[in-house]
Amino acid sequence: MQRIGVFVCHCGTNIAGTVDVTAVVEAAKQQPGVVFATEYMFMCSEAGQNLLRQAIKDYKLTGVVVCSCSPRMHEATFRKAAAAEGLNPYKVEIANIREHCSWIHKDMKVATAKAISLMTVALAKVQLDTPLQESEIPVTKRCLVIGGGIAGIQTAIDVADAGFEVDIVEKNPTIGGRMAQVDKTFPTLDCSSCILTPKMVEAKQNENINIFSYSEIDDVKGYIGNFDVKIKRKARYVNEYTCTGCGACTEACPMAKIKDVNKGIKNEFNMGLNTRGAIYIPFAQAVPCVPAIDAAHCIHFKTGKCGKCVDACTAKAIDFDQKDEIIERKYGAIVVATGYQITNLDKFGEFAYNESPDVITSLELERIMKADGPTNGEIVRPSDGKKPKSVVFIQCVGSRDTSGCGKPYCSKVCCMYTAKHTMMIQEHNPGTEIHVFYIDVRTPGKAYDEFYRRAVEMYGVDYIKGMVGKVTPEGDHLLVQGSDLIANEQVKIKADMVVLAAAVEPEPSVRDIATKLAISIDPNNFLNEAHAKLRPVECATAGVFLSGMCQGPKDIPETVAQASAAAAKVIGLLSKDSLKGNPCVSSPNHELCNGCSTCANVCPYGAITYEDREFNRGREVRRVAVVNEAVCQGCGACTVACPSGAMDLKGFTNKQIMAEVDAVCQ
Amino acid sequence: MQRTNEIIARAKELLASGEVNRVLGWRKGEYSYDQSPAVFTESNIDELVYDDFSTPNLSKYLVKETLKEGKIAVLMKPSDSYSLNQLLTEHRVKRENIYVIGIPAESEIDLRKIEALGVKGITDIEADETNVTIKSIYGDKTVAKSDVLLDRSINGKGTKHVIYDELLCCTEDEEAVNEDTTSRFDQLKEIEAMSSDERYEFWRSELSKCIRCNACRNVCPACTCRTCVFDNPDSQVDAKANTTSFEENMFHIIRAFHVAGRCTDCGECSRVCPQNIPLHLLNRKFIKDMNENYGEYQAGAVEGSRAPLVSFTTEDIEPNAISDGGKA
Repeated sequence: MQRIGVFVCHCGTNIAGTVDVTAVVEAAKQQPGVVFATEYMFMCSEAGQNLLRQAIKDYKLTGVVVCSCSPRMHEATFRKAAAAEGLNPYKVEIANIREHCSWIHKDMKVATAKAISLMTVALAKVQLDTPLQESEIPVTKRCLVIGGGIAGIQTAIDVADAGFEVDIVEKNPTIGGRMAQVDKTFPTLDCSSCILTPKMVEAKQNENINIFSYSEIDDVKGYIGNFDVKIKRKARYVNEYTCTGCGACTEACPMAKIKDVNKGIKNEFNMGLNTRGAIYIPFAQAVPCVPAIDAAHCIHFKTGKCGKCVDACTAKAIDFDQKDEIIERKYGAIVVATGYQITNLDKFGEFAYNESPDVITSLELERIMKADGPTNGEIVRPSDGKKPKSVVFIQCVGSRDTSGCGKPYCSKVCCMYTAKHTMMIQEHNPGTEIHVFYIDVRTPGKAYDEFYRRAVEMYGVDYIKGMVGKVTPEGDHLLVQGSDLIANEQVKIKADMVVLAAAVEPEPSVRDIATKLAISIDPNNFLNEAHAKLRPVECATAGVFLSGMCQGPKDIPETVAQASAAAAKVIGLLSKDSLKGNPCVSSPNHELCNGCSTCANVCPYGAITYEDREFNRGREVRRVAVVNEAVCQGCGACTVACPSGAMDLKGFTNKQIMAEVDAVCQ
Repeated sequence: MQRTNEIIARAKELLASGEVNRVLGWRKGEYSYDQSPAVFTESNIDELVYDDFSTPNLSKYLVKETLKEGKIAVLMKPSDSYSLNQLLTEHRVKRENIYVIGIPAESEIDLRKIEALGVKGITDIEADETNVTIKSIYGDKTVAKSDVLLDRSINGKGTKHVIYDELLCCTEDEEAVNEDTTSRFDQLKEIEAMSSDERYEFWRSELSKCIRCNACRNVCPACTCRTCVFDNPDSQVDAKANTTSFEENMFHIIRAFHVAGRCTDCGECSRVCPQNIPLHLLNRKFIKDMNENYGEYQAGAVEGSRAPLVSFTTEDIEPNAISDGGKA
């Protein structure tokens, strides 16, 4: 005979303000098997937990239903309280009458009826609960960081400093990411490379860090503490160990001699503003400082005839026979730090980005400003190499766009870097006429608004509130037509150069990585954190953490802070020798199992295998499903895919789900 | 007759050589037109019959037969070979215990269509190349064969055997031809054109004829579960039957979902239905929707292929397919 206790929480007025909790208690008392029902102001408080413990003792409860907030909040609290009184923690069920009920209803009558319904659902489930035991799972003390920008580098250094091994997987030939492309950093205007390259070198020199550059994630299996990852090391056709990084090959490459961007290979690092060779080192401080051959453009790979780089290499490091290689590594934790890119501007024809070379993005301006850029740091127009006498900046190109053309969000970094750009231009080319069209200037943060004011007050930059309607190339200049909302007039400005603050968006490969890691993505392709406020660097998938722009727009200081936060989470996980395994795992009924493999096909964790087993004292040998309980994460995909209903999930059995559905339909 | 003789001769060779110890084919029933599946050995192989009435799909019988000792030869028509492939994909039959003889099937006759002609007291049915003659106690009636063919002979998946060890009575060159199979989806247009209320009424009216004889389930080569959910008290579907006055409706919808992505569109469900319910249209609509939403896929066409409903790719249609047509 079941002896169930029901505890209804007021959660202050969070629940009691909308739900008649006394009515829920009275309804519970009428339910079969319920021997005790009560209400309390805060069930999660020490006193509330003691109330629950006392009732378990006094009424010899065999099961508990707590009607309160989401189980994600306090399920663990109540399970622990029950366990302290000797009740199996898996005989505690939560009816979520806050997020699923009181918070979304206004009418007390409706909310109370729904709360009663949710309570009976939990009761139906608790009646069928069986005691479950947690297993122990080991932890591989190694961390994988996907992406070698500033976010990935910072996380890797912090985790490595705590004594754990870290692998950085970077798809480009070098680590460094977007920050390596940037000229100066706001609000202090120190040189980006000067503060980034020490970190890159530190990552390279740290004994606990392995850098897998020019590599991609091929496959991820496993679960928290025990990820099995296949890493594809793309053939770079240069032996990383014998190469001295002298760069002779990059100069010898015939493709490097083609300077016309329309004929040669566009240099990605310089945003396509100049060319590079087919064998190239992206930039001088690259880590590792080993070139890679871009086989798609290499004359040798296209015609089999060239070998200039081989002749130039004294270390004999060029190896045309290199093949992509898959390596397998085990990890306890994974950090995603895949970063961002600038959104494609094809949809924004009004700004003439594709028509005029003098309409550029802010990231292109960064490259033009930077000493190692295509113009050696001279701020000149891409079209004729002349210094622009007037420059117009257009903010929010593709950001805060509700028309559907661009992104609905604010890219967050543009207001600050534009203020920086205006000042840098004045420093390089004093007397340049600068106008900035903006919707709003958003500069919250330590020393940020002061920075922006400096641009306006000290450098006399003309900020115009309003959007630009059209940019028209006219002869050797650009005609910018926009509106000045404060003066309430249309303005026409003749500019030599136009700079677009194009929206940032997640690096597109993140979608594929999200699929491989079974982590969720928001409608803008940013990765979802487990909780927007309280778990901002964790994923809902245990053991996976987020760092940097892949999670949302943020600047360098915020990225570094988040990177260290992710590292702290990783260190916390890797410091443990073992984790408590989830006992809610799948188990097949071999009498019903057809051995059809459908469950194994849908299992995202590779937890299901097949065996020929003897039945009926050896008279029958059949193929049946076998679940590796250490690998199973209890997602339940197999139980719904199984055609015969042979697969069942402990703690969420098919019978329990049906009983819940029945209860809610009553 | 000639095909039957050719098949018997080849079967005898296989039995005599010890390559197989049994042959799965068809035997004459009580009437000349109700050929039924049967397992033959050397002693009774002469009873094997293969003609336009040898319609039953033999694939499903292999689930039990391949658990037995030795190899069994099976006669496999093109449409039925998809079912065998699907069973192999699901590991329900043992390939090493089967010898597949591919045979042609261009003109399988649909007894339901003959019944629908209203002829009473049928004593015999004879078919030649173009005509079918129905003999009854009230006299003979001759109809064009093309009017009484099974749906799969008109709107089938083609003449290609997707699995075989040898082909009999047809050559490999003709084999490779696999005509356009999209014509079978034309039948759905009428139903798709209905309003949802009309469609609801259509299916309610069709499914209300069901007598729950289970013939569709028992003949379906996708329904090979050791214990069907409808027979398993733990699945609780039997309990649900009491809560509705229209359990037949539930039965067919549950069945359609259970075979979704696994149905090879062999048409056996509709062929055996004593109430003439066009059950295959439910499954065919699922196949069409899956083709449109997840790309062309035919269960059983390739052994070991992953059905769209149990495999995930990043190109898959978004879950809002139903609410707003899958627009991102």
